[in-house]
Amino acid sequence: MGSLELRNIRKSFGAQEVLKGIDLEVKDGEFVIFVGPSGCGKSTLLRSIAGLEDVTSGTVLINGEDVTVAPPAKRGIAMVFQTYALYPHLSVRDNMALGLKQAGTPADEINTRVAAATEMLSLEPYLKRRPAELSGGQRQRVAIGRALVREPELFLFDEPLSNLDAALRVQTRVEIARLHRQLGATMIYVTHDQVEAMTLADRIVVLNSGVIEQIGSPMELYNRPANLFVAGFIGSPQMNFIEAARIGEAGATIGIRPEHLSVSPTEGRFKGKVIHAEHLGADTNLYLETETAGLVTVRLFGEHRYSADDIVYATPDAAKIHRFDENGRTIVS
Amino acid sequence: MSKARQSKLRTSLVHVALIAYTLVALFPVFLTIINSFKSKQAIFGQPLRLPGPSTFSLIGYETVLKQGDFVTYFQNSTIVTVVSIFLVLLFGAMAAFALAEYRFRGNTLMGLYLAIGIMIPIRLGTVALLQGMVATGLVNTLTALVLVYTAQGLPLAIFILSEFMRTVSDDLKNAGRIDGLSEYAIFFRLVLPLVRPAMATVAVFTMIPIWNDLWFPLILAPGESTKTVTLGAQLFIGQFVTNWNAVLAALSLAIFPVLVLYVIFSRQLIRGITSGAVK
Repeated sequence: MGSLELRNIRKSFGAQEVLKGIDLEVKDGEFVIFVGPSGCGKSTLLRSIAGLEDVTSGTVLINGEDVTVAPPAKRGIAMVFQTYALYPHLSVRDNMALGLKQAGTPADEINTRVAAATEMLSLEPYLKRRPAELSGGQRQRVAIGRALVREPELFLFDEPLSNLDAALRVQTRVEIARLHRQLGATMIYVTHDQVEAMTLADRIVVLNSGVIEQIGSPMELYNRPANLFVAGFIGSPQMNFIEAARIGEAGATIGIRPEHLSVSPTEGRFKGKVIHAEHLGADTNLYLETETAGLVTVRLFGEHRYSADDIVYATPDAAKIHRFDENGRTIVS
Repeated sequence: MSKARQSKLRTSLVHVALIAYTLVALFPVFLTIINSFKSKQAIFGQPLRLPGPSTFSLIGYETVLKQGDFVTYFQNSTIVTVVSIFLVLLFGAMAAFALAEYRFRGNTLMGLYLAIGIMIPIRLGTVALLQGMVATGLVNTLTALVLVYTAQGLPLAIFILSEFMRTVSDDLKNAGRIDGLSEYAIFFRLVLPLVRPAMATVAVFTMIPIWNDLWFPLILAPGESTKTVTLGAQLFIGQFVTNWNAVLAALSLAIFPVLVLYVIFSRQLIRGITSGAVK
């Protein structure tokens, strides 16, 4: 139904190059997520796919068809925006129907599609209301509904959950995952929240200053990050980076995830003092000032009775140590 | 407003100031209207007194209405004002949308150039305008007035509207583009409804000077068939004798059409429908 191919996409705003040659292939039915810090170009990339930005050079193919210069409405896409972007003066129903009307779809076809989307998103009670009379979560469902009725080749989501509160965010996340399974549609999703990326994606594209750092499934990125940036970006709390020479290891930098360190009050590899302890119930995070390795974060599962100023010993799981060379690339052993 | 930020003294001071201003602003209007209902003697004898049984007179209104042409004058004023407002809003909004929405070379310069009109009074160009109108045969037509007033109103309209258009969410316009709306449809169906309060503001700002203007009707369209109300009222002002009853009656009548237009626009000012579009 919908595949996407990007060939060497470049985009400059004046002298500033925001996308520096992006190559990507998305297969039919895949859920691909772009993550990266603010200003990494992920939104610009999404808007280039949508046709809302002209690319400076490169080719965009949707379903094998070159759409680089096609207007947004002719690309077979639908987009959900962070700010919902509903038409304020139209009812929920008309919000969903406008695109189809504009395309000259027959009225009964519009009715069937709107009805289907309404049912899928449980929007029946709200069809006659205006966006102003809806809550944030309902508005975002209408925005998703507006995308659904277009029956696009490609769904584009631009940080759709960022404006929702925490509880609603989890709920809507589950809903989007369910939609993806139900429709089997190709979806491209931009977020800066790695939890959304890890939980929703078939594949994650990690972007940093206009360059793809790594593409892979969530577990690939977690277990085999290609470089320091990806290793630091994926996983929370962040991976510990330690200068290899300080602890007598090979390579330039050693990376150890907080959850791959064990702690003992009596013996271990890095002796340190607890600076701060966070008790989350399911997890306990310890921040240690160690003698050899500097500042180290440890994530322990379950409850532990450590508190500030305790002296503890932390030991990394030898099998789960990441090594990076002086350019920040992972050394494959 | 919350109680915490409200002090009785401050609120009452604000109200005193506002009421004082209202009185000062309304006093001339009030004076015009009450005196238009008085006999000539009473206007000069007791200008501040309300019309009583002995001083009440409709002679001013009779004179104005007998003057027959006043209906035409009102018609002319209304046509010129309404058409000018329409053109100012249409072209002003379109130019503002272009300046606010599209990145093109010279965008800022163009914006500045259009804003200069706010600072330079159009009357400085009267001679050239008259020459132009004579050359195009537009003297003594309402078209001449409409053209001049449209030009006069555009700079401020563009300035105010482009500021408002920048506040319309980009996502909303992009959602329209994805739904296949043309740029015109986005302008007319999405952006204009959202900047309606600003349009009403501009309409009011544009309307008052046009309705009250004496200068251009006197110079460009002084003919009997194209006179506006303000110019028509001058008929009663002579070098030696002025028919004050008629002048005041004509001015009182001239207030009402503009008042009606103002009420129409000010309802738009209050009705904000932007909420719920984004966020």
